[in-house]
Amino acid sequence: MLHRLFILSGVAALGLVAMPPASVAGEWGAYEVGDIRSGYTYAAEETRAIQDDEFGNPGFIWVDYGEELWSDVDGAAGKSCESCHGDASAMKDGVSGMKGVATKYPVFSESMGKPINIEQQINNCRVNNMEADPYKWESKEMLSMTTYVKYQSHGMPVNVDISGAIAPFYEKGKNFYYKRRGQLDMACSNCHVDNAGNMIRANLLSQGMANGFPTYRLKWQKPGSLHRRFRGCNKQVRAKPYANGSDEYVNLEVFLTHRSNGLPIETPAVRN
Amino acid sequence: MSFRPPAIAVFSSAIVAALITLTPPAQAHEYKVVDGAIAVSLTGQAGDPVNGKKTAVHRKKGNCLACHSLPIPEQQFHGEIGPDLNGVASRYSEGEIRARIVDPKLANADTIMPAFHRTEGLFRQIEKFKGKTILSAQEVEDIVAYLMTLTE
Ligand code: HEC
Ligand code: HEC
Ligand code: HEC
Repeated sequence: MLHRLFILSGVAALGLVAMPPASVAGEWGAYEVGDIRSGYTYAAEETRAIQDDEFGNPGFIWVDYGEELWSDVDGAAGKSCESCHGDASAMKDGVSGMKGVATKYPVFSESMGKPINIEQQINNCRVNNMEADPYKWESKEMLSMTTYVKYQSHGMPVNVDISGAIAPFYEKGKNFYYKRRGQLDMACSNCHVDNAGNMIRANLLSQGMANGFPTYRLKWQKPGSLHRRFRGCNKQVRAKPYANGSDEYVNLEVFLTHRSNGLPIETPAVRN
Repeated sequence: MSFRPPAIAVFSSAIVAALITLTPPAQAHEYKVVDGAIAVSLTGQAGDPVNGKKTAVHRKKGNCLACHSLPIPEQQFHGEIGPDLNGVASRYSEGEIRARIVDPKLANADTIMPAFHRTEGLFRQIEKFKGKTILSAQEVEDIVAYLMTLTE
């Protein structure tokens, strides 16, 4: 694109924006797979440093709280997650262990007849196996447990399978992704496919990958779920968002997480 | 030569409805596209370039800086999604610039740039924006007048 060269030099001449991180192929290690790059590679250096600091990454407050909840007995069945699943940090084997579990989500649920994501699986266990109340979507408990479960797969590549019964739901998610919406009439792809690497006002557009969620947002001082991000990205183009956990967003999550296949799970990732 | 059916801008907000009792009903702004240009002012009035600059910068109105760079150094962070608009008046006629703002999809169906004065063909708009254009006809004219000052 010729005009991009033009604008880059124009902007640099005005000294208005910091130059985005260089994007020489292959320089991002595990954070780059073929044409696919994690949001990490678009984040500012300081933000990446916070994520990489195991003691300074504020997302670990939620990991730690998730660990507490893991062994808390709750609900009429008198059980905790640990009662059935044992040590969460162990490789998944039968019912025990959580390491590796998050890499394959969302999965097709035979009993529901549709895909479910990790949040929904956690609530299935709370309701059916613990006889406890489901966690509210964006609650501290849900964010912490989701962060804790995903953290067990930290560094493992996302590996969502879209063959079989899940395939038509993947297609729906893909249609959502490429459909223009809202008064500003934009599709996800207009920003995250066509313009990844370009500044949109003060933000550097990434490819909008799903591998870091729930991500700790510096501007909120707390983590947010992937569906909250979907709602935000819908609202900024003045499109009506869907509910957290809606079929539309789970289908979109199937598409988007499959799009992130091969990238490492970064939870808790840190973003602006 | 291309011809586009009239675009009807429906002003249905409570505020505008209240104003209607004081002023004549809001005009439905029709326009005709000839060779990629809308030659005639949407309102029949000339635009105000000073107001146009403000509207172009305003984040809830034009928000042109999200994607473009403009010769407004006092504003931080100019987007790089679209071309630099400095000198745009040397490259395009007034009518071409007007068409580009009213509905850039006339020139490029795949563009990310929103149509600032169109209400049809949109999907899942937030209720309060339904039937409303992003910019009023006069706001479009004001921005056209501002961009016409950007010669190189
Ligand atoms: C009464 C036993 C029981 C309790 C308590 C329980 N679960 Fe489960 N959970 C299961 C069973 C059985 C499965 C399905 C078999 C499997 O895949 O592990 C399952 C599946 C899961 C899975 C999906 C595993 C996969 O590979 O797809 C997750 C994640 C999970 N549970 C999390 C939790 C969490 C978090 C808690 C506590 C809030 C919890 N479970 C409490 C029995 C339980
Ligand atoms: C107007 C441009 C725009 C559109 C359209 C848009 N987004 Fe975004 N999105 C952003 C910006 C800006 C950010 C924050 C910077 C970044 O990571 O790109 C973001 C971030 C994200 C992230 C977080 C990435 C990370 O690494 O943490 C995801 C996921 C995402 N968007 C998904 C979507 C989806 C799905 C859609 C369509 C429903 C969408 N976006 C539509 C602008 C957009
Ligand atoms: C979401 C991004 C976006 C926004 C917001 C936006 N534009 Fe654009 N604009 C573009 C892109 C991209 C192009 C390049 C041509 C294309 O895509 O067809 C463009 C092209 C143009 C052109 C043609 C310039 C040339 O040299 O070819 C003009 C004039 C223009 N825009 C004016 C505006 C004005 C005025 C505003 C604010 C009212 C605005 N744009 C808002 C993305 C945007």
